[in-house]
Amino acid sequence: MRYLPLSDEDRGEMLARVGVANIDDLFADVPKDKLLKAPPDLPRRKGELEVERILARMAARNVAASSVPFFVGAGAYKHHIPASVDHLIQRSEFLTSYTPYQPEISQGTLQYLFEFQTQVANLAAMEVANASMYDGSTGTAEAVLMAHRVTKRRKAVLSGGLHPQYAEVVRTLSRMAGDEVVSLPPDVTAAEDLLAAIDDTVSCVVVQTPDVFGNLRDLRAVAEKAHRHGALLVAVFTEAVSLGLVTPPGDMGADIVVGEGQSIGVPLSFGGPYVGLFATRQKYLRQMPGRLCGETVDAEGRRGFVLTLSTREQHIRRDKATSNICTNSGLCCLAFTIHMTLLGEAGLKRLARINHANAVKLAGMLGEVRGVEVLNDTFFNEFTIRLPRPAAEVVEALARRGVLGGVPASRLLPSAGLDDLLVVASTEVNTDEDRTAFAAALKGALA
Amino acid sequence: MLNRQGRPTASNETRAADHPTFTGNRALQQEEPLLFEIGRLDATGVDLDEPEDFAPRLGTLERKGAIGLPGLTEPEAMRHYVRLSQKNFGIDTGLFPLGSCTMKHNARLNERVARLPGIGDIHPLQPTSTVQGALELMSELARYLTTLTGMPAVALSPKAGAHGEMLGMMAIKAAIEAKGEGATRKTVLVPDSAHGTNPATAALIGFAVKPVPARDDGWVHVDDMRSLLGPDVAAVMLTNPNTCGLFEPQIVEIAKALHEVGAYFYCDGANFNAIVGKTRPGDLGVDAMHINLHKTFSTPHGGGGPGAGPVVLSERLAAYAPVPFVRAPSSPLAGEDRLARSASEEGGRAEGTPVVSSGATPTPAPPRKGEGNAFQLVEHAGDAGGAEPLGRITAFHGQMGMYVRALSYMLSHGADGMRQASEDAVLNANYVRAGLADLMSLPFGDKPCMHEVLFDDAWLKDTGVTTLDFAKAMIDEGYHPMTMYFPLVVHGAMLIEPTESESKASLDLFVAALRDLAFAAKRGEAERFTGAPYHAPRRRLDETRAARQPILKWTPPAPVAEAAE
Repeated sequence: MRYLPLSDEDRGEMLARVGVANIDDLFADVPKDKLLKAPPDLPRRKGELEVERILARMAARNVAASSVPFFVGAGAYKHHIPASVDHLIQRSEFLTSYTPYQPEISQGTLQYLFEFQTQVANLAAMEVANASMYDGSTGTAEAVLMAHRVTKRRKAVLSGGLHPQYAEVVRTLSRMAGDEVVSLPPDVTAAEDLLAAIDDTVSCVVVQTPDVFGNLRDLRAVAEKAHRHGALLVAVFTEAVSLGLVTPPGDMGADIVVGEGQSIGVPLSFGGPYVGLFATRQKYLRQMPGRLCGETVDAEGRRGFVLTLSTREQHIRRDKATSNICTNSGLCCLAFTIHMTLLGEAGLKRLARINHANAVKLAGMLGEVRGVEVLNDTFFNEFTIRLPRPAAEVVEALARRGVLGGVPASRLLPSAGLDDLLVVASTEVNTDEDRTAFAAALKGALA
Repeated sequence: MLNRQGRPTASNETRAADHPTFTGNRALQQEEPLLFEIGRLDATGVDLDEPEDFAPRLGTLERKGAIGLPGLTEPEAMRHYVRLSQKNFGIDTGLFPLGSCTMKHNARLNERVARLPGIGDIHPLQPTSTVQGALELMSELARYLTTLTGMPAVALSPKAGAHGEMLGMMAIKAAIEAKGEGATRKTVLVPDSAHGTNPATAALIGFAVKPVPARDDGWVHVDDMRSLLGPDVAAVMLTNPNTCGLFEPQIVEIAKALHEVGAYFYCDGANFNAIVGKTRPGDLGVDAMHINLHKTFSTPHGGGGPGAGPVVLSERLAAYAPVPFVRAPSSPLAGEDRLARSASEEGGRAEGTPVVSSGATPTPAPPRKGEGNAFQLVEHAGDAGGAEPLGRITAFHGQMGMYVRALSYMLSHGADGMRQASEDAVLNANYVRAGLADLMSLPFGDKPCMHEVLFDDAWLKDTGVTTLDFAKAMIDEGYHPMTMYFPLVVHGAMLIEPTESESKASLDLFVAALRDLAFAAKRGEAERFTGAPYHAPRRRLDETRAARQPILKWTPPAPVAEAAE
């Protein structure tokens, strides 16, 4: 077997050295009647060629985003990833290393985590960021728990513009933990009255911007009222590129900023693995979940980095820990930080402008299709349209015409009466031809 | 080096340390500044054209001012990250015997298949008619996991082991609440030897944690357990093979005792890699177990993630699995089928049958109305048929990028190769034990271990060398240290897991190196340890300073005031 270096001769010699007659003597603690006598009922080993063929056949039954005009978003976005990003994250020393618990031989990981934390904090306009969470949705649930720890209250208010699956993750964890959640109804046009939901019993208000329907939200009034009542503002984003062009939550009074970093450096990959970004104010640092990397010096006075403040974490605190999280999203945060470094400030801002320009162009074109109405006043690279027919059917019809045209609101909110709404995203990958094809296919599908 | 006359080209009398360099570099080992010290706000490694003029739709919310994100051109970026990588130790660098973490070889085929456009470049919310192959892949992974564990169902979506633990304990809580015992069953028993995530998880979702004290043989005893069991106990969280590297011989009796009082058995599957193809958790009485795909099935650790932690569930818990899950097209139990078809349904499959086909079983059920012969993705509780999903624990469908790597590992190894891998992992650990048992101390006696061998620090008594010092000296010898000070139940623990990826020659050298270190410690050469590592990119780092005055991001240096005349 190509991955197993021991030969039968080695095995024989080693068993003799260990002092047993055969391998099952080493499994003597397994109850006799529970020890399998033969391998399980699954196929035998296969060569690379055969494995690749099997998996390639499965892959071929999927429509890849880059193979068609592609406008699907709602929490995960198709962006171009520079070739060097994928090359670098596959370097053995990054790919096959462990959590940097031995800092003397992990400075590579630790330094990029420190750089990542700085980039995320600056991007969100916050004071401190951690070394990443699993993804945006689990990060949001962790932000709510953190707000409960800070405020010593146990009630979260969720905006109706929060990604419905994020909201469901928060509700599931809260129900299990015995915490209260108030979910405002789906809010397609950013018209909800969040202020009315804030009082002295609320721990945090969770608001997404751009929201799941694409609207940009001014968070200042919400932050102001939340703070007046001793509550925190948790600001969520699912499109990290937006922060290159849109006022960041940190400048609008957010106490915790949490979001999905997939857009920068991480492939779509059917929903995971992604990378959760998490930032907060310095004063809440010790209530923050997740790993943190900090600067220090070594025995010879040279600058170096270590994981720090681990007294918050489960391996030290056990049942008193701030979170049960053990890993972060190491390789995805490496991809994020490399892509961000390649973009730089100038590149990120330009990329964001291109995204916005493409979406504005698309909104104009789709708005001209008979029966289609664009619902947003403001948006970044994603907006919602109303169709004269159920969006789920239209999306299937578009797919048959070779266009992947967005996410029906009913896919995320099946019984909210939003069947005619379609959430559409346009990024830098879309060309004028893609947009023309989309508009034509939509016209055809609605005819 | 010799010159043509066969004589040394230069004197070798001076030591490297006596020759400091101007740059601080040491040939291939390069010092690398922070990105923020070498990048520029106007530099970029990505060429993009400014869009033509257009009317923005940002309202009043346009970002103003500098963000603070310096960039690098591509050649500069390559050099920055390559130099950083060279300060890291990976599995490909050398033996990485980190107990409990399972640092086995990461096959590059798995990386390649994860990057197929039909896998890496598909969106979680595109129409399910356009991702049938992805759903088939998830279904196939589920079939492998349920078959290997002997469990009827699996929830794939947890993002990591601790996330899987959380889901497993949520399923137990859901089942308890469904029986109307939510108010009384509030206690979870956790042995002292458990991973820290276990008590943290139980506490997170509202359980009270009660420890099960350790015994001096490293095992959990059913009698100790029985004395703690009562109507208040919801579950026990037990690792098997346990964190001392031992298989729990009384596991079946423990499971039985739990079930008799209406409690559940959560098994931490971190060490499943020792027993794949040798025994099945389902046969041992387990109700829920997470599987770290990044340990047992070799998806890369990546410097600390991303992981993946699918959870297999017993009949008693299967109904509570979260959304989403895949419903296979030809299941005889359409509507009740979980992510997986059960192992027994698959029993008729002949060895060697291609696993990729329509996925048809001998008695296909008629397709449900409007569904056709396609894989369905159930994303909402309302569509879950007779099941009662406990909710959703992540956006989208979990770690597809890890599913495909794990399935690639499973297809490559096959049933025979996976069983062999477990046997080799156990043999390698025992070989290391046999090589060191006379010098180092085994807290539970010299008895066979599973895939990892646990030493304590009794043998270092009076040497002036601690477990930490010993670990740091291993770095100088070119090894990643073993897991230290875990599990907590033995003093100065050293947990060594060589994995099946090591050859006999590699283990022989490793044992020889550790023996040399052990003799040195016993001879009183403490300096070799207490100052170690001497040869790594950094000497020991000041962790106290890092925690006392945390510097967690780069800030521009304060401008230096002009010196006064």
